[in-house]
Amino acid sequence: MALTRREFIKFTGLGLAASSLGVLGFGASGEAQAAAVRPFKLTHATETRNTCTYCSVACGILIYSMGDRAKNARSNIIHIEGDPDHPVNRGTLCPKGSALLDIVHAPTRLKAPRYRPPGGTEFKEVSWDFALDRIARLMKDDRDKHFMTQNAAGTTVNRWTSTGMLAASASSNETAYLTWKVARSLGMVVFDNQARV
Amino acid sequence: MTNTWQDIKNANLVIVMGGNAAEAHPCGFKWVIEAKIENGAKLVVVDPRFTRTASVADYYAPIRPGTDIAFLNGLIRYLLEKDAIQHEYVRAYTNAGLIVKDGFAFNEGLFSGYNEEKHSYDKSSWDYEFDQDGFAKSDDTWQNPRCVINLLKEHVSRYTPDMVSRICGTPQDKYLHICELVAATAAPDKAMTSLFALGWTQHSVGAQNIRTMAMIQLLLGNIGVAGGGMNALRGHSNIQGLTDIGLLSNLMPGYLNLPNEKETSFDEYMKTKLYKPLRPGQTSYWQNYRKFVVSLQKAIYGDAATQDNNWAYDWLPKLDVPLYDIIKAFEMMNSGQINGYICQGFNPLQAFPDRGKIRRGLSKLKFLVTMDPLDTETSRFWQDFGPQNPAKSAEIQTEVFQLPTTCFAEENGSLVNSARWLQWHWKAADGPGQAMSDIWIMTGLFHRLRDLYRKEGGAFADPLLNLTWKYTDPNNPDPEELSKEMNGRALADLTDATSGAVTKGGTLLDGFAQLRDDGTTASGCWIFAGSFTEKGNQMARRDATDPREQGIAPNWAWAWPANRRILYNRASADPDGKPWNPAKPIISWNGMRWVGIDVPDYGPTVKPSDGVGPFIMNAEGLGRLFARDQMADGPFPEHYEPMESPAANVLHPKVSANPVARVFSDDRAAFGTPEHFPYVATTYRLTEHFHYWTKHALINAILQPEEFIEIGEVLAKEKGIEQGGWVKVSSKRGEVVCKAYVTKRIKPLAVDGKPTHVIGVPIHWGFTGQARKGYGANTLTPSVGDANTQTPEFKAFLVNVEKTTAPAA
Repeated sequence: MALTRREFIKFTGLGLAASSLGVLGFGASGEAQAAAVRPFKLTHATETRNTCTYCSVACGILIYSMGDRAKNARSNIIHIEGDPDHPVNRGTLCPKGSALLDIVHAPTRLKAPRYRPPGGTEFKEVSWDFALDRIARLMKDDRDKHFMTQNAAGTTVNRWTSTGMLAASASSNETAYLTWKVARSLGMVVFDNQARV
Repeated sequence: MTNTWQDIKNANLVIVMGGNAAEAHPCGFKWVIEAKIENGAKLVVVDPRFTRTASVADYYAPIRPGTDIAFLNGLIRYLLEKDAIQHEYVRAYTNAGLIVKDGFAFNEGLFSGYNEEKHSYDKSSWDYEFDQDGFAKSDDTWQNPRCVINLLKEHVSRYTPDMVSRICGTPQDKYLHICELVAATAAPDKAMTSLFALGWTQHSVGAQNIRTMAMIQLLLGNIGVAGGGMNALRGHSNIQGLTDIGLLSNLMPGYLNLPNEKETSFDEYMKTKLYKPLRPGQTSYWQNYRKFVVSLQKAIYGDAATQDNNWAYDWLPKLDVPLYDIIKAFEMMNSGQINGYICQGFNPLQAFPDRGKIRRGLSKLKFLVTMDPLDTETSRFWQDFGPQNPAKSAEIQTEVFQLPTTCFAEENGSLVNSARWLQWHWKAADGPGQAMSDIWIMTGLFHRLRDLYRKEGGAFADPLLNLTWKYTDPNNPDPEELSKEMNGRALADLTDATSGAVTKGGTLLDGFAQLRDDGTTASGCWIFAGSFTEKGNQMARRDATDPREQGIAPNWAWAWPANRRILYNRASADPDGKPWNPAKPIISWNGMRWVGIDVPDYGPTVKPSDGVGPFIMNAEGLGRLFARDQMADGPFPEHYEPMESPAANVLHPKVSANPVARVFSDDRAAFGTPEHFPYVATTYRLTEHFHYWTKHALINAILQPEEFIEIGEVLAKEKGIEQGGWVKVSSKRGEVVCKAYVTKRIKPLAVDGKPTHVIGVPIHWGFTGQARKGYGANTLTPSVGDANTQTPEFKAFLVNVEKTTAPAA
């Protein structure tokens, strides 16, 4: 019988729950016990293919989440494991990759924009609009004040050196490209990433 | 990586030097074990510590941190002396026979052209002798004493086994045994692969460390072949991609240079980028540079980039210094020249050298924005966390914004792995609370700024106002649309000059060969052209079929450039097109065209008899044993001591450290001397942790809960330090109080006859997350970078260690 990997999991999981204990001769009590065994949880999960967020071996991973992505359902990630089909890691993960679930659900994941005014001793939660409006204002004021259109020799240089940006190391290419467009269109040159560390 | 992760299994010898793949890249390191088991490969490890990589090595040798070039130059000397090079490869594929100008010289640690005031070189003498047609002169018999190979021989002659051992502290017999193992891979059908990482880059001579091994690989004929290559094991999931897309101060997407202010016009800019072939009939692929730049400007500025405005050349910012790297940025911050700073998924307070300086710099900002899934130390630099982060909040006037972002599991998109594969990944869930994607946040800032400029006017805003933004949802562009923009499109019907095939205007391009310099094509990142075509998203391909199981898997995802998996693969075949290693061919000439399991890194129908060199990106077509003017610190590698070193340079004491390293005066003042800081320290990752992230993950925080250093038994005994006891580790810049792990894995080295102790400092701690509070290794590290790349010197600096008592709870 040709089974895909997922079908195999379903087959064995449901099979165990429904009949195996009964077949093994446990009789009525066995049947009752089998009915109480919870089906293998991943059979109900949605499987998503992704890439480990840590080093650049870029191990293939399978993320399992509850929720079928219906509009009124919120997915919750319950399990992450290595992707056995991936030609590099072939299902394996290291001590970091094996614990990816804990970084997704880390208690220190940030959940709301926060702001700390000059001299403040605490962060306070703010709205996205407050944060982005204020940052844009600060950026523009600094840019208008310090943007250099020409250098001393009269050459057009169009650069902005008084505000800088560090780009990420685990963001996607698409994020990187959009970030590049925005930063360079502002004339930003103090612009770097994590390639060196 | 020139090759793939799986291709490591084809090696006959694996050398891990400047890295610790078993712990930092465990699932990639499997392929080393595969090579050992299935291919009978030997594993050689050279490292200051007996790492877990060393624990499965066939041969291990210790080395003092920061002396790799001495070791490797000695190895070159050995190969040349024993004539253990792949002659036909070196003759046909490298610049060994090219003749160097008369003015080039090396004396007492300095190459010709040194300017002491500017700490830099006039590199005009670092070049070939040219004939009347502008071609480099060569002597195929290698008789001319000015041939590269002869100058190289002379340059490395000082690196005798005795000298190598004096500098590196590596016992001579161990060093010579490794030379012998490496030399055996000069056979045409044998390959060595070099696996390295930050253990080579994080030095003031980092780029030259790597270059020296690349030269060795050329001499051995190990570049372009199965199981060979130079394999940089990159440390973050998409740092290859961020680099490819040019998120560096001096770059544009696809390794195009951001202009500098001396290039006053597009024509001036292009003058230094014509890449005229330096030998007759060579490809010199960078001759297409103009096509890549014009297509980029069309992607970025659309209709606003025209022939008449020189493709909006003036809108690109122009540099006045070579780099605005992070070390420079924090120097500027400390001197009040930077007011605002945005940290996207980056935690510089922990990740960059001299934390004290980083904290002082951040305190001078008017505003700081962090975008991160996690509560980073950087976003809380202003808060007092005791000795690990002493801050007086009330005195710090910085406005701080901590913006929550989604993480890998909560987005669609592509990442570039170490082997240049672009792999697509899919969203599994929404982010927590109000977390938003970086795309949404950057878009929000862009719209607000553009609106403000439209409303109020202000400093030159044309680039901002004309930036292309043709996305279905302009407030939250779809990653697929951004991918297509990077891939590129025809803007008009294009007719191929040879085949006559027409590409309709508006369609996605199949590859960068279609790019034009007349404004009829747009491509946001030319090396990604072919990743998202009319046939669909090539990065999402999941066919793992692997012809001959040779580790290519050509239909899994997509690799840049042109889905080529092994770079320089033309060099896997001899000049006639026959594979050097018939058991593991990559491509070969069938009389009509190049065929094989990979996309040829070469014109597909260029005949072997045409004599086109395999290194088509180089204007000579050849691999460079002599780097011309490409490196800041010399066309040949030279051993320079780390900026903080326990020993003077025995080769040339007057030029002890890298003479062209850029050192800011306050940083120089913060260098310590061996008198006060007698031990060599080196920083690294543990296998249980990833940078400063996994201390937020419970399992990892349990596995390695607290900050510690590793110290050898001999020094521990000398200093009365017990296993698990408390120590104070100090450098001129700061101190860390943590536990000591006394180990047999680090042994004192005899450097120039004197015992030298090495202290290991794992990096992972900080004051946020679930692990115990720690300082972080960069409290100690010096703020100085590699002369070429400004990568900080984290792998070799000086500290002192003292026994201390447990801090008050």
